[in-house]
Amino acid sequence: MDMIVCVKQVIDPEAPPASFKIDAASNKAVMAGVPPVIDPYGEFATEAALKIKDAKGGKLTALCLGNALLREVVKKPLSMGADDLILLEDPAFVDGDAWSTAFALAAAVKKIGKFDILFCGREASDTNAGEVGPALAEILGLPCVTLVKKIEILDGKAKVERMTADGYEVIEVTLPCLLTVSNEIGEPRYPTIKGIMAAKRKEPVVWKPADIAVEAGKIGVAGQRAKMTKLFQPVKEGKCEILTGDTPEEAAVKLALRLREAKLI
Amino acid sequence: MADNKGVMVFCEVANGKLAGIATEGLGAGRKLADALGEELAAVLIGTGVSALAEEAIKYGANKVYVVDDPLLNEYHNDAFIAVMDKVARQANPQIILMGQTSIGRDLAPRLAFRLGTSATLDCIELAIDPATKRLLQTKPVYGGNARAIFTMDTNPQIATTRIKAMTPLAPDAARKGEVIKVDAGLQPSAIKAKMLQKVKEEIEGIKLEDAQIVISGGRGIGGPDGFKVLAELAKPLKAATGASRPPCDNGWVPSTMQVGLTGKIIAPEVYFAIAISGSSQHMSGCSGSKNIIAINKDPEANIFREARFGVVGDWKKVVPALTTKVKELVSG
Ligand SMILES: Cc1cc2nc3c(=O)[nH]c(=O)nc-3n(C[C@H](O)[C@H](O)[C@H](O)COP(=O)(O)OP(=O)(O)OC[C@H]3O[C@@H](n4cnc5c(N)ncnc54)[C@H](O)[C@@H]3O)c2cc1C
Ligand SMILES: Nc1ncnc2c1ncn2[C@@H]1O[C@H](COP(=O)(O)O)[C@@H](O)[C@H]1O
Repeated sequence: MDMIVCVKQVIDPEAPPASFKIDAASNKAVMAGVPPVIDPYGEFATEAALKIKDAKGGKLTALCLGNALLREVVKKPLSMGADDLILLEDPAFVDGDAWSTAFALAAAVKKIGKFDILFCGREASDTNAGEVGPALAEILGLPCVTLVKKIEILDGKAKVERMTADGYEVIEVTLPCLLTVSNEIGEPRYPTIKGIMAAKRKEPVVWKPADIAVEAGKIGVAGQRAKMTKLFQPVKEGKCEILTGDTPEEAAVKLALRLREAKLI
Repeated sequence: MADNKGVMVFCEVANGKLAGIATEGLGAGRKLADALGEELAAVLIGTGVSALAEEAIKYGANKVYVVDDPLLNEYHNDAFIAVMDKVARQANPQIILMGQTSIGRDLAPRLAFRLGTSATLDCIELAIDPATKRLLQTKPVYGGNARAIFTMDTNPQIATTRIKAMTPLAPDAARKGEVIKVDAGLQPSAIKAKMLQKVKEEIEGIKLEDAQIVISGGRGIGGPDGFKVLAELAKPLKAATGASRPPCDNGWVPSTMQVGLTGKIIAPEVYFAIAISGSSQHMSGCSGSKNIIAINKDPEANIFREARFGVVGDWKKVVPALTTKVKELVSG
């Protein structure tokens, strides 16, 4: 099985909400004092691919689009067990919408050549969009299953389970295909010492717009169809009334009485 | 595409009825159509769905496009995208709305990119910009830490709406509308991703989406046994139980119990968050609750910034005492 996984570098989504700020000058979000990470759903997607590689063998290439990418961050898929890392790294690539981001990623996928499964995360932790995967499927003309939690490889096909609100669906899809992966696939593996050493030695391949022959007007900001006109933090005016007591049990009783008084129970 | 006109709502059908999210979409669509001074169309796709056209009209549609075909009895994305593509090209709307459900999340972006336009998923607010007459699409980003407003110059402007974010109109049997049948024109060979089976993982007891009171546990609950203790509190309150993501990922509870951005989005009267830190992604699923009650041993936990009432302490001590007192209060 030849597989490709798309992973993104993002601000840490699991940092405490208090560190989240919007930088007014650039209209960009930051996690004050917290280093960036690989997008968690990209990690779940990497895990999905590595499970198949464990069972069937094959090769996994990780693909990441951005600019000034931190090597120690974007090498994570390599340390988990991916074979190659390709970076689309150039100022012209960044700040795109789902379409222009997918347009560049699709050109890179075509240049990589043959593959059986192209993986994305179900949604990136910054955009919360879930659109780059479906966009890639449309550009490359691939069948696509979203919200995947389990994958079984059959002859020329994959049998996958897809999350729904009240359970899941079993879907059979022809290969090559695109799958977007949900967290129910299972915890991403920790890099092994051997994996970390191998990742250290391996230098990523860097492609510029000219290397994948994309027109400047179709990528990054220039290629956007959806434009963000405003980014803001919703105001919260909540104030919590803390019930206390000499013991936790006493505090619990006070809480029950207070909830009764407020007619909540 | 200057001649795109009107608003179209893709209506999901559940158990032979218009789904709640479809009536919400029609409510939102009606407002947008009125702001534009244009018509609202509904789209019904499935097998034996023709009978629901009248329902869609009662909920605000001027026109209903019905695609009734045996091949459309279940959601196969290749088929639904092809059919929506056909209907959209025929009707030429300037806005298409869907629900942020497992179907809408899949269908909206594929349709948008096939039509050469774009989509904004999980909108909580939609409005027409009075100056440009374009659709302002507000959605949470960064896991709920921020909100963004998007616009697009291409037509149709496609958006999905978050469950319960939009308000349905009261159904009115006096409303009149036109029903237009569209031939699906599908080849079975076009279906490359074929749904073989639908599996339901029902949670016992009261449904999370319908409950007035929800008791959720987080990573700090520590294991499946802890959730039994929460179930004891749920019983006298007739509450449903939910969870943050870690208990689901760890297999302590089924993943259908997950509340949050990538789980269920609920808005009960009372939401108990027990041993949950209050990450933005979790709060995305429950911040619409009228009253949040937090129990957490860490006084600095973010959940206390979201809650109305709270107790700082070990849930293992707090919850059993709370359960005993609650039982006494509700029975007395
Ligand atoms: C794109 C994306 C989507 C996501 N979607 C979701 C989602 O839909 N739903 C969701 O929940 N998460 C989601 N997450 C994960 C989210 O970021 C957090 O990791 C998760 O919500 C944390 O769950 P938690 O609060 O239970 O665990 P933690 O953050 O680990 O908090 C555990 C809490 O328990 C308290 N505690 C521990 N022991 C005790 C005790 N004995 N008594 C009292 N308190 C105790 C601790 O003080 C702590 O506050 C998503 C993440 C990403 C990146
Ligand atoms: N800049 C990027 N580089 C690589 N992959 C990306 C990038 N942006 C998005 N993706 C992939 O697309 C998925 C969904 O992103 P989104 O549509 O933004 O929610 C992510 O989980 C990644 O797998």
